[in-house]
Amino acid sequence: MARHAEETPGAAGGRLMTGAEIFVRSLVAEKVEVLFGYPGGATIGVYDALHDISDITHVLTRHEQGATHAAEGYAKATGKPGVVLVTSGPGATNTVTGIADAFMDSIPLVVFTGQVPLRLIGNDAFQEADIVGITRPVTKHNYLVRDVRELARTIKEAFYIATSGRPGPVLVDLPKDVMAQKTHFDYPESVALPTYAPILDGNIRQVRKAAELINSSRRPVLYVGGGTILANAAEELTALARKLRCPVTTTLHGLGSFPEHDPLALGMLGMHGTWYSNMAVNFCDVLIAVGARFDDRVTGKVEAFAAEAKKIHIDVDPSAISKNVKVDVPIVGDVKRVLAALLPLVQPVETADWLRTIEAWKEEHPLRYRNGEEIRAQYVIQKLGEITGGDAVVVTDVGQHQMWAAQFYNFTRPRTHITSGGLGTMGFSLPAAMGASFGRRDLPVVSISGDGGFQMNSQEMATIVQHRLPVKIFVINNGFLGMVRQWQELFWRRRYSQVALANPDFVRLAEAYGCPGTRVTRTADVEEAIRRAMAHTGGPVFVEFVVAAEDNVYPMIPAGQTVNEMIDTPDPAAAAGGGNGNIETVEKGKARKVSVHAAVPGNA
Amino acid sequence: MPQSQAMLNPHADIPLDEKVKRHTISILVQNKFGAFNRIAGMFAAKGYNIDSLSVGPTEDEAVSRMTIVARGDDQIIEQISKQLNKLIDIVKVIDLTFESFVERELVLVKVHSTTETRPDIMQIAEIFRAKVVDISPRTLTLEATGSQQKVDAIIKMLKPFAIKEMARTGRVALKREFQGEV
Repeated sequence: MARHAEETPGAAGGRLMTGAEIFVRSLVAEKVEVLFGYPGGATIGVYDALHDISDITHVLTRHEQGATHAAEGYAKATGKPGVVLVTSGPGATNTVTGIADAFMDSIPLVVFTGQVPLRLIGNDAFQEADIVGITRPVTKHNYLVRDVRELARTIKEAFYIATSGRPGPVLVDLPKDVMAQKTHFDYPESVALPTYAPILDGNIRQVRKAAELINSSRRPVLYVGGGTILANAAEELTALARKLRCPVTTTLHGLGSFPEHDPLALGMLGMHGTWYSNMAVNFCDVLIAVGARFDDRVTGKVEAFAAEAKKIHIDVDPSAISKNVKVDVPIVGDVKRVLAALLPLVQPVETADWLRTIEAWKEEHPLRYRNGEEIRAQYVIQKLGEITGGDAVVVTDVGQHQMWAAQFYNFTRPRTHITSGGLGTMGFSLPAAMGASFGRRDLPVVSISGDGGFQMNSQEMATIVQHRLPVKIFVINNGFLGMVRQWQELFWRRRYSQVALANPDFVRLAEAYGCPGTRVTRTADVEEAIRRAMAHTGGPVFVEFVVAAEDNVYPMIPAGQTVNEMIDTPDPAAAAGGGNGNIETVEKGKARKVSVHAAVPGNA
Repeated sequence: MPQSQAMLNPHADIPLDEKVKRHTISILVQNKFGAFNRIAGMFAAKGYNIDSLSVGPTEDEAVSRMTIVARGDDQIIEQISKQLNKLIDIVKVIDLTFESFVERELVLVKVHSTTETRPDIMQIAEIFRAKVVDISPRTLTLEATGSQQKVDAIIKMLKPFAIKEMARTGRVALKREFQGEV
């Protein structure tokens, strides 16, 4: 095989290169700047070739899961693909959670795994795992490279598939002997994939239908998902919302696509969405879904979701359309292009009555919590939002703090909110913040985790310290796996099964890694601690906030239910029971009074 | 229904009714490493029901044709087709149910026979234009081809004689060329 290659020199001519050299040259050709990885037996040749390259920063994470999450954070923060290189067997299997996470959240990743030599594949060789088989259901596509002459083309295809259409992870398995074979290096300029052609321009007749529907609406709502950010379409979305005077609610991943201080912003919808966003969706007459996928955490009971509304759905993935909810006007295409085509076709809509109705919901049911001496996580996040003014990349983990961050931090621009949404991967925040920090040196990066999630990938503290990354590491410590505890409290008769955590001394743990740390236990000290952390220079800083142990995220629509079952925040005034003077009710946005039931809007 | 159905899909318990229909989906797929696994894995992962599946080469050596008979309501069938189209190795997906098509299935049935029952079995074979492909003192092996209904029918007729072993290919199908007027 190799001889054949020698007899027919490639267009580039020149000397023969090993697969390992071709791999490195291909990454340089793809303009890869940062590579997250961990070496091993099967990739030792590749790492040897990498040793001479100064164009690529290799980040040695402390666990392969950390590498994949770091690559996700990098990709989410920059819009560029995240790239991972690990060895075979356990190195490869450790990437699976990150790959699955990227698959669920449509994050462009290219993961290279070492593999045992071709002749040993299937032999139960040392550190062998069928990673192509294992990751087939959680990758957009994957490859096993069987011949060094296919290597450059495969890498080109992998990057193209990962970043085009609906982005996603692509895995390339690299057998050790293939990486040692030699051939001429000639990086292809374009890909030839006749069976893969994402549709980018929306069908113009469908776009016109959508425009007609929007123009005749009185109670429209824009329901905006992460696809809008992936398509870099925040500007078009904002222009559309303002032209229409149409309220905007975002999914967890849509946060940042529309500035939340805008009066048209409704915040997040769904299970822990704002009261008013869920009411608005419930009573709207036209729902414009933009790069969102009608996830069960958004819809609750599917049949009752926006039941009165005509639905328009813009998505680059045809299979996302009518998967969960039947829509009236599907438009397959790139969100940016479709919105740009839609914008000149729509007229300002008469939404004054509708906005007044929504304003009343906002006033009656704001996001709120009761503040006291004991720190509330909501307060920490709200203060962080006030201090940064939205000029930070906030990377959250999974659980209660994640929902509070989505609720109480005002996101103002795209790619400043990074979280694990679809898969809900605890342990995501710290490594993802690290990756984001490599990609965005212009903005401070804040990692927020709970005490549970932080311990799932805390080893990456070492990597962060090694690279002196200016990551602000916040741990919201309530001593519980809070979200599970909340469900046990509300739906399982307060039987707290395996949710209390016996934690290490987090501050000393941070210090052991060489990261300065502080612990904050009083509400009065929160603001100062955040200000100091944000002002810290020269490397990471760690802050532990010891917060109320048993606090719940509200509002809440219990799983699979409807707005009729929505639980608003228990009335803080009543709960206070005339208690001591330190108690105050903090509300996000304007507030007049607190009531329990919402009125049905009168302008139907 | 054939036992193979349960083997192919543990969820194959959705009964056919006015909404849930059986669809014949013809898939052209590039002969790439793992391509069939990708398709089979997608059906399993999404919990779609497969009644039968067959694969074979086509006139283009780089491409194979897979014929899948799947059941579901319109939304499920639409999703199956979309999910198949998402797979990079897939060249083309055609739901033949909306076209006029020819379909065939082949079955080999080894049925118990004695000197007394042999004429009866041979008569059934003749009616169904099945061939006797093997004979032993205690068995007859028949080969029958036809639509799924025809294959089901001959199996039903042979059952009382005690079927020893059976192998069915699953459906293969092609779109008809002439549709309507000539």
